[in-house]
Amino acid sequence: MPILEAVWLALSSIRAQKLKSFFSLVGVLIGVTFLIAVVSIVQGMNVYMTSKFADAIGGINTFQVQTRPNMTFGNVTDEMWKEWQRRPRITTEDAAYIEDKMETPAHFSRESETSIGVAYRGKSATGIDLEAVDAAFFDIKHWNVADGRAFVPQEVQAGAPVVVIGNDLADGLFPVGVQPVGKTIDVGGIPYRVIGVVEKQGTLFGISLDKFAVIPITSPARRLIDRPHVIQDLQIQTENPAQMAQAVDEVTTLMRVRRGLKPSDGNNFDIGTAQDALDQWGKISKILFLALPGLVGISLVVGGIVIMNIMLMSVVERTREIGIRKALGARRQDILAQFVVESTVLSLTGAGAGILTGLALAFAVRAWTPLPAAVAPWSIGMAVGLGLLVGIVAGVYPAQQAAKLDPIIALGHE
Amino acid sequence: MSDIIIQLTGITRDYVMGSEVVRALRGVDLSIRRNEYVAIMGPSGSGKSTMMNMLGCLDTPTGGSYWLNGNEVSTMRDDDLARVRNREIGFVFQTFNLLPRASALANVELPLVYAGTSARERRRRAEHALQRVGLGARMDHRPNELSGGQRQRVAIARALVNEPSILLADEPTGNLDSTTSEEIMRLFGGLHAQGQTVILVTHEPDIAAHAHRVVVLRDGVVDSDRPNPPRAESAAA
Repeated sequence: MPILEAVWLALSSIRAQKLKSFFSLVGVLIGVTFLIAVVSIVQGMNVYMTSKFADAIGGINTFQVQTRPNMTFGNVTDEMWKEWQRRPRITTEDAAYIEDKMETPAHFSRESETSIGVAYRGKSATGIDLEAVDAAFFDIKHWNVADGRAFVPQEVQAGAPVVVIGNDLADGLFPVGVQPVGKTIDVGGIPYRVIGVVEKQGTLFGISLDKFAVIPITSPARRLIDRPHVIQDLQIQTENPAQMAQAVDEVTTLMRVRRGLKPSDGNNFDIGTAQDALDQWGKISKILFLALPGLVGISLVVGGIVIMNIMLMSVVERTREIGIRKALGARRQDILAQFVVESTVLSLTGAGAGILTGLALAFAVRAWTPLPAAVAPWSIGMAVGLGLLVGIVAGVYPAQQAAKLDPIIALGHE
Repeated sequence: MSDIIIQLTGITRDYVMGSEVVRALRGVDLSIRRNEYVAIMGPSGSGKSTMMNMLGCLDTPTGGSYWLNGNEVSTMRDDDLARVRNREIGFVFQTFNLLPRASALANVELPLVYAGTSARERRRRAEHALQRVGLGARMDHRPNELSGGQRQRVAIARALVNEPSILLADEPTGNLDSTTSEEIMRLFGGLHAQGQTVILVTHEPDIAAHAHRVVVLRDGVVDSDRPNPPRAESAAA
């Protein structure tokens, strides 16, 4: 019997038993929904991480020299923690040394940051990210100052009490119609003059990227963050991504020389790159992808068992039909094909519905939560493939039962 | 091609029922020529049903040989038997045995599906077969929308659609009232007149009376085999 014939037959038999068919394909539907939704969300995160997130933390040609990794995932042992605690802090002198000795062309900015309260005429904002930095920081972050201006190296040299604020902070602190530039605000109890507002950065995972205040690293509020000379990190931006590896090597060597490390010693400082953060995400997504086959697999196995049972019932119910078909000339393989195709069509229908609900779920997540979602075409292909596989595997045994029926018994003759 | 379409020689068929062996056929010799109209009769337990299964290639003999239209079917395996059933035999059952969810046309097309006939050719031949049995106007009806007589006509159309060597009818009027039975028997008579070999398996003398030859089985052997004077309507149709 031609395959199209069998598919048509399967569809009409599924149509004839809608409710039963629906229950029999629920397992496959759930499995495929999982697959599509999780893959879409993880894939969305991947796109998000490599574009927006990496950009938000400085782009792919930026790295920091810091005491210890600022983002960790996985196994951090007590020993590692203790070793990190013992490490010397990065100092302004370290920064000056690197800036002085480094040959790869780059931009530099010291950075110390903390969370602080900011106020203007009795109106206050807390949890503001206070960044004490050098003038190059704006370039490194690709921050454009929408109103006013960024501070200049001379202001950093002088330790001028000037501040450039984020868009949300400006909106929160100043009433509508009041121009922030030129106003004096209170940063941790110290008066600062607002000289610029950075253009809106948007959100990352639902968290505002516009609640910050940037001050020269030499200015008075700096003492609220770190002891004199101590900085949290030195931001270094090469002119293009191709120079990253070379620059990282060079900075590592300079730091080791400056700290007098023996070849056998490990680094007692850390080089942080956007790539690190992406690697961390890579680990998370790998774990999700490892857990995924389990979830999907269990649903599909259950779905397969349900389909097999429904097909076995169907073979019993349709014994007479099988007898008629055999009497009229159906060979074993015709009956086999009929039932395998039927269970495959059933399973594929489940997979198709699962793809739709999975996509709906992924888009719902994208619409109503800060999590992104991007559909991976391979996951749809995989869903169809798995549906096909489950249908065939679940259909073979019942189909064999049908195919080996004796036509005389099946027809109800003696 | 020989004029003999069915040649049974020393056919036996034993069934093992637990520890007992039931000898349903004990050595049947029978030959049927092309375009004969034969009734096979016998009381229950005579081996009549086994004979029907044997002739219809649904079963194979324990011993003896069965030649059908030049092929020895007694030694064939399952799938070959299926092909022989598909090409050589048109079944008509007491209970019609139509597929309930399929239209009359789809039911009639079924043997052609297994013969691998193209969809267009199937439709053309199925329509022709339904017209032959007088159901040209009801092709899209499902079995439950048809009367008993009409259902049996669909079954006959299905039996004819592959132009089989023999039309094998098992109690074809067993589920029909007497008027409808007469209609169906007239139809068989007409098909025979057009050249079709017809074999009726029945226990009803009234039905067997339509045939031109009556074979009576008793205790698994041929008890009598005699010609039957033809009735008027089959010659007229």
